[in-house]
Amino acid sequence: MEWFNQNLPYFLAGISVGGQYALIAIGYTMVYGILRLINFAHGDIFMVAGLIMVYLSASLPIYISIPIMIVATVIIGFLIERVAYKPLRQAPRMSIMISAIGVSYLLQNLALYITGGLAQQYPAIPWISDTIEIFGSVTKRVTVITPILTIVLVFALVFLIKKTKIGMAMRAASKDFETSQLMGIKINSVISMTFIIGSFLAAVASLLYFSNYTGVVPTSGAMPGLKAFVAAVFGGIGSIPGAVIGAFIIGICENIIKGMGMTTFSDAFTFALLIVILIAKPTGLFGEKVTDKV
Amino acid sequence: MTKKKETIINVALIAGLLVILYIMEQLMNPTDMIFTVLKKGAIYALVAVSMNLLNGFTGLFSLGQAGFMLLGAYTYGILTIPTEQRESVYQYFDGGIVQFAVPVAIGILAAGVVAAIFAYLIGLPVLRLKSDYLAIATLGFAEIIRAVFQWDKLGPLTNGSNLLRSYPTFKSVLFPFIVSGICIAVIVMLINSTYGRAFKAIRDDEIAAEAMGINLAHHKRIAFTVSSFFAGISGALLAMYQTTIQASMFKSAMTYEILLIVVIGGIGSVTGSCISSFLFITCSEWILRFLDNDTYIGDFHVPLLRSGFRKVVFSIIIMIIVLFFRQGIMGTKEFSVAGIRNFFVRKSNKEKGRKLQ
Repeated sequence: MEWFNQNLPYFLAGISVGGQYALIAIGYTMVYGILRLINFAHGDIFMVAGLIMVYLSASLPIYISIPIMIVATVIIGFLIERVAYKPLRQAPRMSIMISAIGVSYLLQNLALYITGGLAQQYPAIPWISDTIEIFGSVTKRVTVITPILTIVLVFALVFLIKKTKIGMAMRAASKDFETSQLMGIKINSVISMTFIIGSFLAAVASLLYFSNYTGVVPTSGAMPGLKAFVAAVFGGIGSIPGAVIGAFIIGICENIIKGMGMTTFSDAFTFALLIVILIAKPTGLFGEKVTDKV
Repeated sequence: MTKKKETIINVALIAGLLVILYIMEQLMNPTDMIFTVLKKGAIYALVAVSMNLLNGFTGLFSLGQAGFMLLGAYTYGILTIPTEQRESVYQYFDGGIVQFAVPVAIGILAAGVVAAIFAYLIGLPVLRLKSDYLAIATLGFAEIIRAVFQWDKLGPLTNGSNLLRSYPTFKSVLFPFIVSGICIAVIVMLINSTYGRAFKAIRDDEIAAEAMGINLAHHKRIAFTVSSFFAGISGALLAMYQTTIQASMFKSAMTYEILLIVVIGGIGSVTGSCISSFLFITCSEWILRFLDNDTYIGDFHVPLLRSGFRKVVFSIIIMIIVLFFRQGIMGTKEFSVAGIRNFFVRKSNKEKGRKLQ
């Protein structure tokens, strides 16, 4: 019980961060499932969402700026796909990945230019930023809301993918890109939809994440982005439940390591986990078995 | 033109370049911007070529370059700080545990060797991965190395998150040119050897290469280790250039920059990488600097120009190159005297042909 009480704050923080990683990881896993592309810019979209919120809330009330922020992020995600990835659809995979790195570089530099390199204070959002007490440990309400909201969103997304027409198209495209085109699926709109969903979830994640860690800097998207990607690989890339479970595991482990006083290694742990997973079980926890065609 | 003649011309050109640099250094103000550009450009050329060896010639998409540079820089710094300076550098760690200093040449070599040893060990598990997984795994390793080097417990060795300084540096612009030049020459020789041909075969088609009797694991490991060796050396040079070392400098953004240099120069072209690294450094350190300053023309305040705008313009240029000029400056071709000669000869032949018609 003693141990439980001591580690509860880290555990709670872990679940909360895990939920936020999960929302970002879904963006990675969906894009990878269809395009076989690691969208390096996804973490930066998450950061940009945070910055948009900072600037909007300076002049507008919170209730208006949240929806505007989400819409703006979605538009940015959509535009990035159209401008930077669509022209390279026939190009080798390396080119499109380099393009993704280029976009990430551009977004970070743009953010650096606009903010002038200073950390921006994220606005306190009423109600979810309030502090509450659970089992004797004080935390923000966002800690409790995150996992619940994550699970609700994931169920909605799974419903969308399993039951709707666009979801069916997505599944078809991720199974076989060329054949699905032959079957009359408008591949470009499917891909756009994927980016829209991914950016929407990244926007929600940024809302939750930056309510906890209030400073937004141009590089604050890079680490969460990479970790979310690791979570996606851990859970089996292309699998949404896998990404969510992977994200929660990584979030919790990371915070427990921090609790043990080894903050230096909390990032290193994530990457070590990635390498172990890739070598031991490259398809991840729930990934489909892929056979390489000769 | 025979091969021998070509070699002679190339050697003469390089010697001429060095002489010009030497004269420039004698005549011009040593703090002139051009020397900064030349020094840093030479260092980046080496690391870009070493990355090109991996990404362009062997087809291994690795993003660990910054990590290996960090290893090289730290190795060099740790080994060459003069013993009498250690007390002040390692002030929080009682002078550190390394209590000897080695000459500069050995320090640079050790930087490469340490990076290569790490690369070999990392390569054992990681090189089994393919394309994007390899990229992420190497990126992850670079991050782990960076975190470990900033760890307090390693402080007596790495000085924790404090700076390493007071180690020997270079003043002349010739030094980085000569060291980088030798290293690049070695890489070019490797590329032109049977190993190089095997690397290209692996890049073009792994399965076909394996069927032709190329040992995939062995060759990939060689490419990875050699590339890291030279990344380590360039890390040491960068440390000398900057006169201080801090682990937080070698972020993944650095790897991305080097990757973009390789892309601009042309993936699979050594001379392309060299040209583009000088271009990149010239633009980012010198020509585009004016974009960062508030500028007034008369009373008119030029909009947009303020700190950070340079990098924005720069990333937009890079995106345009990535999207529309995927071949980069050189594609997979190499810049050579024979190539230029052929170009002109062909042109004049064409004109002759036209006249005859």
